[in-house]
Amino acid sequence: MTPWWKRPASDTQITHGQRLWLYAFAALVMVLLVVPTLIVIPMSFSDSQYLEFPPESWSLRWYRHYFGSEEWMSATLTSLQAAFLTMLVATPIGVLAAYGLHASRLRAAGFVLTLLITPMMVPLILVAVGAFYVYARMNILYTLGGLVMAHAMLALPLVMIVTGAALKSYDMNQELAARSLGAPRWKAFLTVTVPQIRFALVTAALLAFLTSFDEVVVAMFISGGDNATLTRNMFNALRDQIDPTIAAISTVMIVITSTLMVLAQLFGKSSTER
Amino acid sequence: MSVVGIEARPTREGEPLNAPGLRADERRERVALLGLSVPALLLVTIVLLVPLAWLVALSFVGADGQLSWENYERLLARKSYRRILETTFIVSALTTALCVLLGYPLAYFLSQLPTRLANLCLITVLLPFWTSLLVRTYAWLVLLQRRGLINEWAIGAGLLEEPLKLVHNLSGTLIGMVHIMLPFLVLPLYSSMKAIDRDCVRAAASLGATPAHAFRTVFLPLSAPGLVAGSLMVFVLCLGFYVTPAVLGGGKVILVSMKIASNIELFVNWGAASALGVVLLLITAFVLWVASRFVRLDQLSGGSHR
Repeated sequence: MTPWWKRPASDTQITHGQRLWLYAFAALVMVLLVVPTLIVIPMSFSDSQYLEFPPESWSLRWYRHYFGSEEWMSATLTSLQAAFLTMLVATPIGVLAAYGLHASRLRAAGFVLTLLITPMMVPLILVAVGAFYVYARMNILYTLGGLVMAHAMLALPLVMIVTGAALKSYDMNQELAARSLGAPRWKAFLTVTVPQIRFALVTAALLAFLTSFDEVVVAMFISGGDNATLTRNMFNALRDQIDPTIAAISTVMIVITSTLMVLAQLFGKSSTER
Repeated sequence: MSVVGIEARPTREGEPLNAPGLRADERRERVALLGLSVPALLLVTIVLLVPLAWLVALSFVGADGQLSWENYERLLARKSYRRILETTFIVSALTTALCVLLGYPLAYFLSQLPTRLANLCLITVLLPFWTSLLVRTYAWLVLLQRRGLINEWAIGAGLLEEPLKLVHNLSGTLIGMVHIMLPFLVLPLYSSMKAIDRDCVRAAASLGATPAHAFRTVFLPLSAPGLVAGSLMVFVLCLGFYVTPAVLGGGKVILVSMKIASNIELFVNWGAASALGVVLLLITAFVLWVASRFVRLDQLSGGSHR
């Protein structure tokens, strides 16, 4: 039996042995991707004033500090509210638009789609500065409503891309069948189409939530006062000094984000398996 | 009446009399369906297009409130602005190059694995992709600072005598930006490599190409469109990047986005900020236009959340 490093690794008959450098390099890059992402988690349980790894003694003091601070708690509440409202606004608007553009098949639909995808392409700093300028004149600066509008606009492309992809693999003739049996178009959409693309809709909603929850730059400019978001306060704290409380908050954020993303992936999977 | 109505419409030869009516109905319905996107269009118009138009308009207003080119003339005349544009280009180009250097082998490695194993390894790319970039920037700040983990470890292991200055300078900015941007390159590149027909490489090998030759002449050219699209995407994101360079650059590396922010937050100079913003917008649009020659824009992102 040939040893594993002499066996062919691909169709070109290159052996695993000749490819060792590739395996080592890829493993190194993967470690470099993951470790800095997760290293704040153990450090957040440190008892020390300074961030150390591995921590010499463990404690929950930074979590107590976070959950005991009125300012951090109010910012967290604002962020969760904004994210939830963004989800409620962006999902229906985005799904309607994606459905309309998919079903209409007019030449103008392609143009509208491009226009609605642009928020993803414009540098965030320009979105932030522009919204700051206009909101100041509309007197909605530092309001929750204004923040939700901006975040919903940022989430629209994601909602539309996810919904659009699901509609592409959905057979619209089923709706036609429902309508030929007398259902009005809206009813055919709600009772025939929606149940079949429901997993994509859940994924889209979760992505909209996360878009708002993680967003920093726009929130820095147009949220503030009682409505300052968690990310805004974190960014300001980062610029001043390195407070281990941030490690505790980061850990909480990682837990929230990864839970939602795993849910989104699970829903995404089951929608493609159907 | 109705008979006259039908007759008045042009009918093509041999088609039923009600065909033009059906065509008109269909057209009406399609326009109504297009109307479903009106709320989305309104939102994008109010929160994005109007503010951007306002910025463009502001950039042509001088300090005295008159129409003028002075904001753009200042961009050209002042050395500091030229330096900032240069720095932005250099930092973005370096970040993109480093991402390609690290990302191409990784994507290639992933594309060669059996699907189940590849999905497992992909988690290492997706996890940072999902994690808030503020959290990751903070982690790098902790790792790289003077008394940070990397310096402490290196000194403890006897590799260094003095702590290295790793953050609040160009190297810190680059390390952080590469870490944030790498998934934006690897994910689209991986899916474009997966789409390459394996039989092409197999054919090259069966015709006598060595593995290296088959890779160079067959696989590499086939993966080029995905590589170009992914790198242009990373480059564009870097051009307007704010959070990570602002934290890890420590004021030593000033990019366009940071200058725009400080013009507004510190100097309340809307003329200068808007002119710089318009330049950033035009460059971004140009790079995206180039990218769109290679791949459809809505496929570029891979479901991003910056």
